[in-house]
Amino acid sequence: MTRPMTPTRLFVTMATVATLMVVTACAADGDSAAADPTIETSAAPSGEPAVESSAPESSATEPELSGTITVAAAASLTEAFTVIGEDFSAKYPDVEVVFTFDSSSSLAEQVLAGAPVDVFASADEANMTKLTDAGAAATPTVFATNSLVVITQPGNPGGITGLADLATAGIVSLCGVEVPCGRFAAQALETAGVVIPETSVTRGQNVKATLTAVAEGDAVAGIVYLTDAQAAGATVATVDIPLAQNVVATYPIASVITPDAEPNEAADAFVDYVTGEEGQKVLAGAGFAPPN
Amino acid sequence: MSRRRVTAPPPLVVTIIGGVAVAFVVLPFAGLVQRADWIGLSEDLSRPQSVAALRLSLITSLSAAALSVVFGTPLAWLLARAPIPAKSVVRGVVLLPMVLPPVVGGVALLSAFSLRSPLGGLLQSVFGVQLTFSTAGAVMAATFVAMPFYVITMEAALRNVDTRLELAAATLGAGPLLVFRRVTLPLVAPSLVAGTVLAWARALGEFGATITFAGNITGRTQTLPLAVYLQLETDPDTAIALSLVLVAVSLAVIVALRDRWLSRA
Repeated sequence: MTRPMTPTRLFVTMATVATLMVVTACAADGDSAAADPTIETSAAPSGEPAVESSAPESSATEPELSGTITVAAAASLTEAFTVIGEDFSAKYPDVEVVFTFDSSSSLAEQVLAGAPVDVFASADEANMTKLTDAGAAATPTVFATNSLVVITQPGNPGGITGLADLATAGIVSLCGVEVPCGRFAAQALETAGVVIPETSVTRGQNVKATLTAVAEGDAVAGIVYLTDAQAAGATVATVDIPLAQNVVATYPIASVITPDAEPNEAADAFVDYVTGEEGQKVLAGAGFAPPN
Repeated sequence: MSRRRVTAPPPLVVTIIGGVAVAFVVLPFAGLVQRADWIGLSEDLSRPQSVAALRLSLITSLSAAALSVVFGTPLAWLLARAPIPAKSVVRGVVLLPMVLPPVVGGVALLSAFSLRSPLGGLLQSVFGVQLTFSTAGAVMAATFVAMPFYVITMEAALRNVDTRLELAAATLGAGPLLVFRRVTLPLVAPSLVAGTVLAWARALGEFGATITFAGNITGRTQTLPLAVYLQLETDPDTAIALSLVLVAVSLAVIVALRDRWLSRA
């Protein structure tokens, strides 16, 4: 005999189903959060409202800036921009810089959809153009260039010497086709005349995820930016791609224009800081090449 | 057993807040339905990548549900009946994937089964098996997150079984397995079905552990949620079409379970 369902048990059952839905939804949410880590760098203790300082000791050379700026930057800029954000907040203690890192294409979509972003730094011109065409960004400035490398497991156990070996290497980690690093990798492979069967390609949502598949997972090799390989340290081995096959990635940065909003001076100051001497020094240290 | 429903009208404030809660859930789905390209729907769903994702999701989620039943039933029985030391700890560990962010589960699976881990290395050197970036890996990731839903449902059901019925069968000469098959199992059958469906639905929606552990390979490990996430940029119409499939399936599961229980109430 099966026991009949009481209202209480029915409720519990329904609650379980509801919980399932929430958990499933949270799953996707949590994953995207992991894919685009939002790193905060703040000089002022968080929680305190950033109030314009009225101290008379400020000199005329440094304009008083305050508030919070959100910087959406290509995943490959994670390390360099985190440092730049700390330096910037040290220089302007009343400005809090919040970062969101992901693929340039994801970020561009988000900005176009109205995400509250003040500065956009892209790993390619195409995604910046999406914003400028829509009138959503100020005139961009190119602030860095980057190139591609092949990464392998530490010690390069597969003996990979270049792009040609990737066709038969095993599982190769590439960025999604719409993500700049994925498009550049496709260009480089095409130039080299190498075809990797799609059944051997695992695709990352952004360059960091692509690198992780090799650094933490079992992908035999991958194609990422030189700077990401450098940031990954000993967790991967690096194989250079000759200049003739390589692609130069150009990084533009611009303030985001929000209709009906006042110009954000802190955002402009951040753009100036990145393109200026101090920002360039950090970028060079991370392995970026200067703009041509 | 069933009590009579309260017939007094609900307080207005409760109705309003409840209505807001309903709208909160309904609006996103309405947005999805409104945004969908209904005319191109069948075309979007018949693209090779869509077909591959649909097929793969069916395989991985059904396999995960089956594995959950095979391994989860004895486990639920042990948790419900056996004198296990530190049972609450064991139960907590087994149910952990329910509350853990799935991506953490993926990292944990990597730590245990990647080629660089002792166990994963052993599996490869002895059996030539690589779980990462394989469909088997996707099934493992799905089972990891789905099995607790089955176990928790079955444990509660087994706990509620009137053991006198089993004792009666035993005194009539039935062995333990026969008792389980002929007495216990029919008593818990509704929960077995519900738990299996819950586990299957959870496996179908699995994303984080899968992409972390099994990667994102078309036709091999790219399940529906992965395809939705990655195609949102390249081909939003297809991503939304695949999302609608997931919504429709989930809705069907809920309605089916609800009808099942309502008809028994």
